[in-house]
Amino acid sequence: MTEIKRHIISALVYNKPGVLARISTLFAARGYNIDSLAVGETENPEVSRMTIVVRGDEKILEQVEKQLNKLIDVIKVYEFSKVDHIERDLVLIKINANNKNRAEIIEIAEIFRAKIVDVSHQTLVLEITGDEDKLTAFINLVKPYGIKELIRTGVIAISRGG
Amino acid sequence: MSTENKINVSSQEKTGAEILVESLRKENVEIMFGIPGGAVLPIFDKLYDCKDIRFILTRHEQAAAHMADGYARATGKVGVCIATSGPGATNLTTGIATAYMDSIPIVAFTGQVATHLIGNDAFQEADTTGITRPITKHNFLVKNVTELSTVIQQAFYIASTGRPGPVLIDLPVDVQRAKTNFVWHKNVDLPSYKPTYKGHPLQIKKLVDAINSAKQPILYVGGGVITSNACDVLKELAEKVHIPVTTTLMAIGSFPPEHELNLGMLGMHGTVYANLAMQNADLIIAVGARFDDRCTGKLAAFAPKAKHIAHIDIDPTSISKNVVADIPVVGDCKLVLQDILKLVQPKKHTDWIKQINKWKQENPLTYKKDNKLRPQYIIEEINNLTKGNAIVVTEVGQHQMWAAQYYKPKGPRKFLSSGGLGTMGFGFPAAIGAKLGKPEETVIVIAGDGSFQMNIQELATAVVNRINVIVCIINNGYLGMVRQWQELFYNKRYSQSYLCSKKFGKLHCEPVPDFVEVAKGYKAEGYRVTKKEDVVPTLKKAFRVKDKPVVIDFWIEEEENVFPMVPAGAALDEIITSLA
Ligand SMILES: Cc1ncc(C[n+]2csc(CCOP(=O)(O)OP(=O)(O)O)c2C)c(N)n1
Ligand SMILES: [Mg+2]
Repeated sequence: MTEIKRHIISALVYNKPGVLARISTLFAARGYNIDSLAVGETENPEVSRMTIVVRGDEKILEQVEKQLNKLIDVIKVYEFSKVDHIERDLVLIKINANNKNRAEIIEIAEIFRAKIVDVSHQTLVLEITGDEDKLTAFINLVKPYGIKELIRTGVIAISRGG
Repeated sequence: MSTENKINVSSQEKTGAEILVESLRKENVEIMFGIPGGAVLPIFDKLYDCKDIRFILTRHEQAAAHMADGYARATGKVGVCIATSGPGATNLTTGIATAYMDSIPIVAFTGQVATHLIGNDAFQEADTTGITRPITKHNFLVKNVTELSTVIQQAFYIASTGRPGPVLIDLPVDVQRAKTNFVWHKNVDLPSYKPTYKGHPLQIKKLVDAINSAKQPILYVGGGVITSNACDVLKELAEKVHIPVTTTLMAIGSFPPEHELNLGMLGMHGTVYANLAMQNADLIIAVGARFDDRCTGKLAAFAPKAKHIAHIDIDPTSISKNVVADIPVVGDCKLVLQDILKLVQPKKHTDWIKQINKWKQENPLTYKKDNKLRPQYIIEEINNLTKGNAIVVTEVGQHQMWAAQYYKPKGPRKFLSSGGLGTMGFGFPAAIGAKLGKPEETVIVIAGDGSFQMNIQELATAVVNRINVIVCIINNGYLGMVRQWQELFYNKRYSQSYLCSKKFGKLHCEPVPDFVEVAKGYKAEGYRVTKKEDVVPTLKKAFRVKDKPVVIDFWIEEEENVFPMVPAGAALDEIITSLA
């Protein structure tokens, strides 16, 4: 068996009711695990793009791509690890913060270019975007302060150049 | 679809129900199966005046789907069925799933509650497109009557092209009543659906090279060969390069039964020689087959000597799903085989065929030939009397496997069986559908006493419509296949597999029901056979009946087993050939 890797798959689909259900049914029925799924309209309002992060070996990846392509409402499927690309994920994170450590946390936030979007006596809410590595590093650094809540949009990706 | 492609057939407005009927005409539908109900009444009102599409009223919607399926399997055309919303639609699902697993083209229409009620738990509402999403090739919920004709046209196209399969159209009752112009297109253009028909030349070249250098090749053939009408090319290729052929359950009939190169069926209840040939082959060429677990046995021990595994299939997802193919060829089986045929060198594999013939002699398909009434004998006699020209349709269980082993159809579309889903209750209604599609053929059901009862009510449909199918019940008083597994793997603990009312240790002491009386109750013919010598005369008598169904209740040896058998999870060459 080949090694388990993270794959970013992007599917262009018709913007029709039931398409999201079709894709999630497919993943559930075949036992593929989804890390994240992000959906939104593209430059063409009739077409949506779904960015799906899955974990699996090459064989699973190949099946996922083929199975997606087989769906009638799916126009095109790409796998991003094969092309030069930019990926982004947005995280909102609520951290325990008091008068003693607030400055420290803000300092970390600045290094990572995270935005402070809410401040209270006991908490700070930070917004940060980036790729997987950056987000993981940041989350690990703030974990000791106590994460009260963490929400992510899921990865979206775009290829570089023309 | 582009505007040039549109042919505006009428400027007069039509209702959704009228558009449906008109679209079916355009698709050359000659017959449909179903049951009416509240959410499809506008359609049935239009069908009342429609004289050119025959309607077969079934007694259960599951049977309507199986009939559409059987019609499609026998004719190669798209089968059509219809049911009302809610329970009508859920009753269709077993039939739809059966067709899906075996890649059979059917179009199913279901009524739906009015669009403004959808999602309100209205009377007889079910989320039909949600329920059927994983068991259809595609489905549609039509919320606007202006889409209807286009959707129907797309549905027939999707169902019948590429790897065929069932398509469902869910039609809210208000859409059936709404009016619009009828629009029809010259051809269907779906930019996101373009099956690959022509095989890639480089892959074909690789496969040709592999064939040219193979010493012990085998063709492992599945239902795709029948779907793509590739049987003649298959024979030419097998003969030109002298390659033995083994078929899956779905491909029985695709290769001449008495041909020297025919190894019969492979897999769990396949012939010993087919399985040995697979395990010893240096090149496996899978054609329209999908390496189902019933065919491969234990995957880790599958085909240990194969240097190359080639896989020709129109569905890319079938390739390298279970067994990795190092020579994948995506394309239509017939077109790809034709390309290969042109390029390969004629060859003789004398030693390989000699080895296979030795296996054949050492391990023939056989059974105890005494004077007891044995199921294999019945099927052999059916084969003798029909000379393999009848369409045989099976239910699911031991009788299905005996039919697969001993019936030798002369040609494709003459052995119809629920392969992928293994649906008890499929056979009888599918046979009715097949007979309606091929009225000139003799149609015989090999049924189990368990399976037949899952759609026995269709005797009424057959009698009322004067449909002549011969149902041969291989009556063992058991859910026999379950009993066989319990005998072999669960210490003979026959938990819930005995169908008779009480067992006093006597053969068939109290079979329930009395199938002959049931047949008569439905005004069909009913005969009973308990002795070997009565088999042929009774079959001959049955063949003389022309205008109604015949039920023959064969009381066979109760605890007969299906052999050879590769137990689930064992390697293909770990074969049980009889009870020790
Ligand atoms: C709808 C359905 N339910 C259950 C099964 C499981 N099953 C497989 S074979 C079988 C027994 C079939 O009995 P019968 O029709 O009498 O055939 P026999 O094996 O006795 O020839 C059963 C219950 C099935 N395949 N389909
Ligand atoms: Mg039985």
